[in-house]
This record gives sequence, C-alpha cells and structure tokens, in this order.
Amino acid sequence: MKRQRKQAKDNGQSVAVSDAPEKLSCTSETKLTHEQMLELYRYLKLTRLVEERLVNLYRQTKVVGGVFRSLGQEATAVGTAYALRPQDFVTPLIRDLGAVLVKGIRPREIFAQYMAKAWGPSGGRDLNIHFGNLEKGFIGPISHLGDMIPVMTGIVLGARMQKKDIVALAYIGDGGMSTGAFHEGLNFAAVQKLPLIVVAEYNHYAYSTPTRLQTAVENLADKAAGYGIPGHIVDGNDIIACYEVTRAAVEYASGGGGAVLIEAKTYRRKGHAEHDDQRYVPEGEIEWWEKNNDPIDRYERFLAGHGIATREKMDAITADIQREIDEDVAWAESSPMPDAEQAAYGVFDNSIVLPAFRPKVLER
Amino acid sequence: MSTATKKDSKQNRPARGGQATMVEAIRQGIWEEMERDPAVFVIGEDVGAYGGAFKVTDGLIDEFGASRVIDTPISEAAIVGAACGAALMGMKPVAEFQFIDFISAGFDMLTNYAAKCRYRWGAGIQAVFRGPCGSGVHAGPFHSLNAESFFMNTAGLKIVEPSTAYDAKGLIKAAIRDPDPVLFFEHKKLYRLPRLREELPEEDYIVPIGKASTRREGRDLSIITFGAMTLTALDAAEELEKEGLDVEVIDLRTLAPLDKQAILDSVKKTSKVMVLHEASRTGGIGGEIAALIAEEAFEWLDAPVVRVASIDTPVPYSPPLEEYYLPQTKDVLEAARRLAAY
Ligand SMILES: Cc1ncc(C[n+]2csc(CCOP(=O)(O)OP(=O)(O)O)c2C)c(N)n1
Ligand SMILES: [Mg+2]
Repeated sequence: MKRQRKQAKDNGQSVAVSDAPEKLSCTSETKLTHEQMLELYRYLKLTRLVEERLVNLYRQTKVVGGVFRSLGQEATAVGTAYALRPQDFVTPLIRDLGAVLVKGIRPREIFAQYMAKAWGPSGGRDLNIHFGNLEKGFIGPISHLGDMIPVMTGIVLGARMQKKDIVALAYIGDGGMSTGAFHEGLNFAAVQKLPLIVVAEYNHYAYSTPTRLQTAVENLADKAAGYGIPGHIVDGNDIIACYEVTRAAVEYASGGGGAVLIEAKTYRRKGHAEHDDQRYVPEGEIEWWEKNNDPIDRYERFLAGHGIATREKMDAITADIQREIDEDVAWAESSPMPDAEQAAYGVFDNSIVLPAFRPKVLER
Repeated sequence: MSTATKKDSKQNRPARGGQATMVEAIRQGIWEEMERDPAVFVIGEDVGAYGGAFKVTDGLIDEFGASRVIDTPISEAAIVGAACGAALMGMKPVAEFQFIDFISAGFDMLTNYAAKCRYRWGAGIQAVFRGPCGSGVHAGPFHSLNAESFFMNTAGLKIVEPSTAYDAKGLIKAAIRDPDPVLFFEHKKLYRLPRLREELPEEDYIVPIGKASTRREGRDLSIITFGAMTLTALDAAEELEKEGLDVEVIDLRTLAPLDKQAILDSVKKTSKVMVLHEASRTGGIGGEIAALIAEEAFEWLDAPVVRVASIDTPVPYSPPLEEYYLPQTKDVLEAARRLAAY
C-alpha cells in the first residue's frame, strides 16, 4: 500500500510493514507467561470496549465533552504500561486510556469522568483522563501538550532524592514532541540521568497535521541522539514487542542508565475526536490499517497460533469484560451530577483559605 | 478533476457581506484582507486543509495556497516568534491559537518580544494573534480561558474581543491593518450563535480599535461589559425594563487601550455602574475599570462600582459547576436591583 512507512531498524528489530503483508501476528520472543499474555489480552480488549461504550454514551448525549479514540493503536499504551513495576509512575495522553486501565484505574471512574458526574475522580471538575491517583502511580495529564514531560522528570527526580527505585513513563505524540516543554523536560532528564522513559507515538497525525509537518527527521527515535540517550523503534501494533522494549527500558533506566526514548509506530484510525470528519486522510488509508494491521486482530492471531488461547477462551474473556463495563456504566449513570456550590471548593486547602463562593453584591 | 477542485474552492469562498454568523464574519474579514494585501498570511495549527479547529480559516488554503496558509508544528512559541520575525520583514501575519488557552505556550514571545519591540527600537510588530476563548460550553479547565487579564498588565499589546458579527469582521480587518500587535479573542460560544446572525455590508469597512459601543441606551445604571457577557447584560436589561429600570449597556470591544471616554460618559449619565465579565473576579478587568471610575468620576457616583464576574476558581467541566462559576443573568439582575436601590 502506498502509504506504508519504510522499514525502520533498531537493535535488529524491524517494524513489520510491507506492500502486501502476510497476516501479521506478534513477536514470539518474550518472557511473558501465558497467564500474563491473557491478562494483556484482557486489557487490550477492555480498552477498545470501554472506548466503544463511551462512543455510545456520547451519541446518547450522556458524555458532556468530546470522546477521543485510540482505535487501532491500543497495543502501544497497553503493552508499554504493562512492563512497568507496581511502584513505577505513568502519565498518559488522551489516546493512552489503556495505560490508565493497566495502572488499575477502573472503567467506572472513566465513565463517571466523561459524564461529568459527582462520583468521578475529579468530582466533575475536569474531563476524561484528566485526574490522578498517586497511590497507583498515575499522574493525569493536562491538555497542554509537552507539559507532562518536565513533570515526570520531577517525579523521578523526587524519587531519586528519596532513594526510591521508581521509573516514570510518559507518552507523547508526534505532534506534542514539537513543543518547547517536551524538549526542556527530556533534556533535563537526560543530563540528570533520570529514569524517565518517553514513549513517542507515531500515529501519523496530530489533529489534521501529518507528521512530516511536525518534524524533519524520519523517525521520532532519531531525536534521541540530540539528547544523548538511547532511542528505540518498536512496532506499536505488536503488543508483545511493545511490552518487551519497555521492559528492557525499565531495567536500563532503573539500573542507572538514565532516560530512554521509545518510538512506537502505529496509526490513528479515528479522527482527532468524534467530531472530526478526517477529510485530510488519503482515501483507503484507514481501511488498509483496519484490514491489515489491527493490534487486536494481530494479538488474537498470535494467541491462537501459539495455542495460548482458543477462540472460546477469548470470547469468554470478552464476555467478562462486557459484564464489567455494563456494571460500571450503570454505576456511573447512577451517580448524581455534582452540587453547584462544589465549584467553589478546593482551589486552596480550605482549612486555610475559605472556598471561593460567589460574593453577594452590595450585601453587608 | 480540476473542475471539481475549482468548484470546491468556489463554494468555499465566503460571500462579500450578506447574512453571516460571527465565525463567517471573521472568515470573510481575513479572506478579504488576504485578497487586498499580499503581505497578509495565516499561520497556526491545522489552519490549512482542516480549516482550523473551528473552521475560521476554512477554504483559505485552496484560494491562497500553502505558502500563505501555513500549518505549523505544535509549537506556539515558534508561531508567535516567527510571526514577529515575518512582521519585521513587512509581512502581516494572522496567527491562530487552536484554543486561547494555548497562548500560555507563546506567552514569553508575546509579552517580551512582540510587546516591547516598538518601545525598545521603534520597530512595530504588525501582527494579529487570534483564537477561540471563553467558557460556558463545558470544555473544562484547559479549553475555556479568558486570557485578557494576563495581558492587560503588559504595555504594548492591543486586546480586542467582539460581540457581534458586524464588529467581528470590522475589528479583524482593523486588527490586520493595525501597525501594532493585536490579541484578538473570539468567544467560541458566539461563533455560530443564531442570535448573532446579521446582514453585513457588501463594501469594505472596519470597526476602529479603541472604541466602545453603546449597545443599549439607558438612564438608571450602566453595565460595562464585552464579549459573550454583552448578551447576558442585554438580556438582563430587558428584564429590568419590565421593572422600570432603564439600563445602559456598554460593549467595550477593545480592552487595551480602553475607551476611557465612553466609560466616563456613561458613568456621568447614570451614576451607577456594574462591570460584568466572564474571567475570574480577582485581578480581572473589572478592577481596572472600577479604579478608573473612582479616580476620574468619583463625584458623579451615587453608589459603589460593583463587579459581577466568575468566581475565583479554574473553569470547571460539569454543567452545574460551570453554571455556578459563570455569572448568570440572575446574578446580574440581583446586583442591578441592589445597585438601583442604593
Ligand atoms: C500546547 C498545545 N497546543 C495545542 C494543543 C491542541 N491540540 C490538542 S491535541 C492536538 C494534536 C495532538 O497530536 P499528537 O501529539 O500527535 O497526539 P495524538 O492526538 O496523535 O495522539 C493539538 C494540536 C494542545 N493540546 N496543546
Ligand atoms: Mg499523533
């Protein structure tokens, strides 16, 4: 297919792309147990199905803001986050819902957030995955792209000062990598030899802008040289490869090697958000990826081909996920909307500074 | 095939005047200025083939080409800085922030470079920095900003925010022709608001920067406001008329430099003033206007100048929270009644 990227090589690992691909599967060189592989499947499928349910809720006008899909690139977030140890930290972007779920955030929290409900983790103050959970090592992002890279550098700086063995993983898009904050954050982590792993998602677009208008390098990983850190390229739709490259990076970073840049080659099959008509995408491109390089198809082929899971087993896992989603949507729907006055609380510690209630004009 | 492309771009060409919403009015304004002056160009994220997140620049790339409609990387500092450089060379950039919230990433370039050039060495930066601002559409803490106060305290930046389609077109054209840097804030809630559809003149016109507009004449009290809050003020004024209160509504249109004369004239007429704005109350433009009135029209006042604004929090996402955050018509009514009774 015309739009395919060239073979990109790194550490002997090649990104599986070709003009007429055989049915793609996943790499079989892995330390994952069968049990872990099934858990990985569960997260992968959970990510897609949670997003599909969000789209349904959006169409029913139950989601207040927009819905942003990771359709076709779910393996990157799930596979890389799965390689983290319990003590490690992660910050996702909007298309890394999978990483949030791997970190132990439940779908009900996500549904309640999207629906702007009182029981959502931000109590309706912020949207989608914009929240955090320090116990689980999940630092929610802000919208401003690039800003989380310096923050995660600070997470591992703080951890190192406390003599804790903690690695941080931050995601960045091919677009977000063009920000000044990204550069400053990664450069600082690099000179300090801090254990920061940056996963750069090459998904071909930033909103409507193709990657060639973001950067003049061929591979995002090429930028690693400019920071004096190792760069790796991985097939972002091969969930096992994503896991393995990150596992090695965690070992390297935690062992004192410092920062690492991993580029995952993948593809954003949906628009920037549900409203985007994708008029800027060349004809046939999305269909090609859907047909030939879907991360779930590939992983299912792998699991079946290696006798790790039968179709029945995978269906049973999927049915179980659907049950959980039904339950969690019901829970989120049963939550009230927040009380209006809650808007005034929590700007500061309210035991020191009073809530910011609406002042009564000329009342004294 | 080529006829199809041509047809598309013809379809995209906005009418000259005619019935227009605010978004269409701004698009007409930029289009006409690009036709009028080859130095005018557009730069920003997704402004080309996509036509901008809110479609303000829709179709421009088909008409003027990618050399004058430039899709940038996600690099606001580069957008502002490069606009400044191009302006020094005699070009006239119209730079877009996808949301005004992201102006923060270009803050240094705006406040330190663009704002100070003329003062330091006489080189004016003829550039417009525009984008969608404002809350009330449940877009949460990072897509709802009203940024004027961040820049009011920086000498050297003009700040404009229209509240009608006619003004939006006239002001964007004036901003593009202005020899100094202009921040042009477009309230996203107004872009496609049917209420703002109006007939625009066919001929070229501008609305001067630095001049307020009296949207409604009144004798009893003045509401000084701008942007989307102008509509809230007008709604409240209509309600108050039923109660026998005659309210004047001043739409500032330009926030820097402020039209002091228009403000003081209205104070002298009504002697009771409310300043209404959408940004948080503390440190907001209301304080500046209240101080100006206290200093220059104290003896004309019959009551304290009051501020009605958003509460001092980030903009929350959930509808009931955002409603509490924002000044509502009922808040304006309540404040107006107390002010009138004073
Ligand atoms: C500093 C900044 N500027 C602009 C935006 C608006 N914006 C939101 S997402 C986006 C595109 C992001 O593309 P990319 O980084 O490639 O991530 P992807 O959406 O492909 O996952 C843009 C321009 C933003 N969030 N932050
Ligand atoms: Mg991208």
